[in-house]
Amino acid sequence: MTDAPPATPPLVALKDIHKTFGAVSALRGVSIDVQPGETFALLGDNAAGKSTLMKVLTGVYQPDRGSIELDGKRTEFPTPSASRDQGVEMVYQDFALADNLDVRTNVFLGREPQKNILGPFLRIIDRKKMEAETKRVLERLDIPINPRLKVKRLSGGQRQAVAIGRALAFDARLIIMDEPTANLSVAKVDKLIEVTQRLKDLGIAVIIITHRLDEAFAVADRFAVMRQGQVVGRFHVGDVTEAQVAHLISHGTLDDYVDHGDGIPAERRRIGSTSSIDVVDAMATRGTTTDGSDS
Amino acid sequence: MSLTTENIKALLGPADLKQGSAATKVKRFVGDYGILIFFALIVVFLAVAAPNFLTLNNLVNVVRQSSIIGLIALGMTFIMITAGIDLSVGSVVGLAGMTFALLAPASGGAFWLPLIVGLGVGLLVGFLSAAMVVWGGILPFLATLATMAIARTAALVITDGQVVSGLSGPAEWLGSGFVGPIPVPVIIFLLAALLCEFVLSRTKFGSHVYAVGGNEESAKKVGISTGRVLFMVYLIGGVTAALGGLVLTARLDGAAPVAGTGYELQVIAAVVIGGTSLFGGVGTIRGTVIGVLLLGVVMNGMNLMGVSSYYQQGVQGIILVLAVLLNRWKSD
Repeated sequence: MTDAPPATPPLVALKDIHKTFGAVSALRGVSIDVQPGETFALLGDNAAGKSTLMKVLTGVYQPDRGSIELDGKRTEFPTPSASRDQGVEMVYQDFALADNLDVRTNVFLGREPQKNILGPFLRIIDRKKMEAETKRVLERLDIPINPRLKVKRLSGGQRQAVAIGRALAFDARLIIMDEPTANLSVAKVDKLIEVTQRLKDLGIAVIIITHRLDEAFAVADRFAVMRQGQVVGRFHVGDVTEAQVAHLISHGTLDDYVDHGDGIPAERRRIGSTSSIDVVDAMATRGTTTDGSDS
Repeated sequence: MSLTTENIKALLGPADLKQGSAATKVKRFVGDYGILIFFALIVVFLAVAAPNFLTLNNLVNVVRQSSIIGLIALGMTFIMITAGIDLSVGSVVGLAGMTFALLAPASGGAFWLPLIVGLGVGLLVGFLSAAMVVWGGILPFLATLATMAIARTAALVITDGQVVSGLSGPAEWLGSGFVGPIPVPVIIFLLAALLCEFVLSRTKFGSHVYAVGGNEESAKKVGISTGRVLFMVYLIGGVTAALGGLVLTARLDGAAPVAGTGYELQVIAAVVIGGTSLFGGVGTIRGTVIGVLLLGVVMNGMNLMGVSSYYQQGVQGIILVLAVLLNRWKSD
């Protein structure tokens, strides 16, 4: 964070988000921001709060406290469709496709374009438009697939392309990809790099939710590490090693990993030496609590 | 992007629909058109073997006899595409037909009231089934087993098990009237089939019916109100079954509380023969109409050839198994 306001506000900023389910504090003051066209990874173990945070961003959950800003302006996502209407699209881990339907129908599933016949009261699905649009978005992704093929005939990579194409067809500005390689037969990190690069070229920001370090390091510009409902570190890729981040994911701190024996606490040295590293949250966590209590 | 085999396949697109060995192609052809070919062969056979078969009179008669099962099968197709089933349709035939018969003489000439109330009874039973399936999370098989019993009981209790006979003229017309040379039940069936075909293949709702049957979780994730879709299909199933009951009552000029018993199995057989999968996501109204007519033609042919009616159910069973086997070879 710099003192001067950035030239362009972040595409989306989640600020101090809290969410509690019964006695469980799923999110305890989480803030992240994503720049336009950026690929951002959200790392963390199971139950770290990644999915809950994304459900807040996609309008599935309402935060108890905190705010969402889009282009620097405060907004609300009271429903999933409100979030989608403002250009935030989700690509689910299982891709949320219906195998029995063809590619074009899947791309527009739930949001089918319609045309009037015999006056305004009788509307039918506009399959021609669906087909043309499907072709267009898949070409933009550089993964051409026949729009009339049934999804059950597609490979894992092609299914993912259809799921991403669905987001593109509705002018997504931010695409959230939940564990994008979990449902591919081979861990196709190369493929994912291609696709995210492609989205970057199109100016679309991507948030990748993952617990796989190699994936995050391969595709992301920046990433945040979550642990027990809080962000415990934000980094630019290249400023830290996978091993350091692995330690952060499991312990919530970077400190006892890098010990040069000069008496300077590791986290302080890192703050002093690398401005892009933000371990404030990590220090805060260490100082306060890791037992889940939220005073 | 590199040209992996996967990408090349994707580029070729429709070509891979035609890929495969000659044996695969033959299988797909038989899977896709087998029932139609079988249907055609039976018609040719009957045209030769049963002299009266290929007369306009008889053909119209076949469609008329099939129209009641056909009407019920239309709604059942919607339900089965969502991976559901409706066992209550036979009881709905009985209850709606009974309601119609009770109200038709009382209202004198106008038959709109008994018609609307009769269809309303179907809606009500459909609503009960839907409520149990959607709100109660009860398996469709069990939910509709319950409504099947409840609706039958209602039909028996209303009349204390008695038969109601004697309908007003206009009500009777529904079953035995003609428009030009075409029987009214045939017209009702064909219009309803056209409407259902339109809804299922052209509208947003129709597309969502397939999506719910194909993958309910995915449908939910993309924002489809799957509960509403399921509710609608059971309401449609209730209305088409009630319409079948009204036509049956009108044709017989009376209603028995046990009317329609066992229809659900005939209807499910016809829908499956028409290519609808019990697992959901697959099926068409066109196919269902063919399934209904195929069974109708076979029954008619057996009657014309003087085959004992004892054999009829067995033959239906054999055709059902044949159709299920053929469906395995479908290209999709």
